[in-house]
Amino acid sequence: MKKVPIYGLMAEFDSPADLVKAAHRTYEEGYRKIDAYSPFPIEELAEAIGFHRSGVPLVVLVGGILGCVGGYMMQYWIHVINYPINVGGRPFNSWPSFVVVTFETTILFAGLAAVFGMLALNGLPMPYHPVFNVPRFAFATKDRFFLIIFSSDVKYDRAATRRFLESLEPRSISEVPS
Amino acid sequence: MDDPTQATRGSRTAPVIEPGYTFATITDKISSIVLTRPVSNGWLVGFGVGFLITMMLLYAMGYLFLRGVGIWGVNIPVGWGFAIVNFVWWIGIGHAGTLISAILLLLRQQWRNSINRFAEAMTLFAVACAGMFPVLHLGRPWLAYWLFPYPNSMNYWPQFRSPLVWDVFAVSTYFTISLVFWFIGLIPDLATLRDRAENKWAAIIYGILAMGWRGSARHWKRYETAYLLLAGLATPLVLSVHTVVSFDFAIAILPGWHTTIFPPYFVAGAIYSGFAMVLMLAIPIRKFYGLEDFITQRHLENSAKVMLATGLIVAYGYAMEAFMNWYGGNPYDNYLLWNRLHGPYAPIYCALLFCNIVFPQVLWFRKWRTNPGLLFLVSFVVLVGMWLERFIIVVVSLHRDFQTSSWGMYYPTKWDWMTYIGTLGFFMAAFFLFIRILPMISIFEMRTLLPEAKEVKAE
Repeated sequence: MKKVPIYGLMAEFDSPADLVKAAHRTYEEGYRKIDAYSPFPIEELAEAIGFHRSGVPLVVLVGGILGCVGGYMMQYWIHVINYPINVGGRPFNSWPSFVVVTFETTILFAGLAAVFGMLALNGLPMPYHPVFNVPRFAFATKDRFFLIIFSSDVKYDRAATRRFLESLEPRSISEVPS
Repeated sequence: MDDPTQATRGSRTAPVIEPGYTFATITDKISSIVLTRPVSNGWLVGFGVGFLITMMLLYAMGYLFLRGVGIWGVNIPVGWGFAIVNFVWWIGIGHAGTLISAILLLLRQQWRNSINRFAEAMTLFAVACAGMFPVLHLGRPWLAYWLFPYPNSMNYWPQFRSPLVWDVFAVSTYFTISLVFWFIGLIPDLATLRDRAENKWAAIIYGILAMGWRGSARHWKRYETAYLLLAGLATPLVLSVHTVVSFDFAIAILPGWHTTIFPPYFVAGAIYSGFAMVLMLAIPIRKFYGLEDFITQRHLENSAKVMLATGLIVAYGYAMEAFMNWYGGNPYDNYLLWNRLHGPYAPIYCALLFCNIVFPQVLWFRKWRTNPGLLFLVSFVVLVGMWLERFIIVVVSLHRDFQTSSWGMYYPTKWDWMTYIGTLGFFMAAFFLFIRILPMISIFEMRTLLPEAKEVKAE
């Protein structure tokens, strides 16, 4: 990857509605390598920047299936194969008794898959990120809304992109050093 | 969706959040409690008392490790005693936190947003208290890890046909999922604290915990999906936990335990006591930290309504239990009913009926339901009542079973009391620490309640 001195151009907005509008405009303008930052989740924002599939549900499904099959197989292996004990004349594979633990391992694996899958897909933990170089960005976790066009975008041009962002009437525009 | 800053259904219902707040003022108000507010004497006293009682717990535990469970009042026939009473009681309290954070999220109840964080913390601490008891009760607590299936040179495995092993899995899964659910919810707020903190060390520690959260739209989307799925997973989980706890009893053949009504009635009782604990925490917190604008009359009233509803389910459970004991015609079940009403523990049973059924009926009236002082009292009475219920279930069934020759009495010793009160102190100390070092109200979820956050949808 070639080293770029500028990571992107960042525009700051006052309200979530302004940000969503600006994100729509930017996407329509043909920019694809963009991102938006907000202090709380805005459903429309991910759509606006062209991000539709989160990938998390699949990870959770796989986790749940692994937990379910793994939990049952563990009990089966222990009570049927490794150490069969006759308890009250029940069959070794007394499946009704195994339901509860199977259920719990399903939930456990699916839940942990949700958490760690989400973090992994998000690339977290990530202590350093270029956007933190912008001092104003500290307000992204308070009450400001940011839009960034990455310099790696094919349409990115330092002057033209800046002009475009200005046309969105942001509160301020800053260059993000990489 | 209706505007949460507005009162709905006529002017008598309070809003979920008082009007006039902005994203910035919500952020400042909640984060200042952690970041800039000086440590008050009240906090020091509260934490100090909790800490001292925790030390008493450690003392009682130390002596237990030295001498064994013989220092407790447990003996045959009552081998379970306080340890299991407290276990069931504490774990029930935890249920309200998950109900608020997961079930009410799925039901789109916006009022949950200002109480879910501390209710989840309450869940964690309550489950931690609950988890201590079965382990201490093991006799050889240092071998507690034998409860988990791990390959070992003894070629020994847990017996998965036993409800006690189901319980290990239910409770440890519940604790783990509650912990990650709580932590996931904290990440965006930890990032807020990282960016607001003026103290360098605070910024570094919050920064490490926030893991570099920057509020990207892609991250939020995955985050929301994961959060919703976790809520969907936690919902059956929370219902299963007390169900499995009730199996510890219901699978046995003892009169008073061997009944199919136990799972639903245990879950309802758990939510009942849990909401009582939520109110006992919320009422002083909103007062001392000036959070009446966020934890409004509406939250108190809604919690009271949940208590009333679950309390009625519990009352139905008692009634059905008594009815089936009589109608079933089994002499041992019949005797159990008689023994509850007239036996040596009858005063406790009567107190339980008063605490759980009679007194909470005051919640039918709005005037009393919206009176924080009275709500606090009702919650306290309900918590006592639910504890007595666990006592009746554990002790009364055990102390007189089928054979008269094996009857006996159970009296707790001072070590029983010290351990029980000790966990209350631990809970208190942990909660005091929590409200000082983490935002006790979810900041980012409060932001979503503002009308400005909803403008996007309007366009």
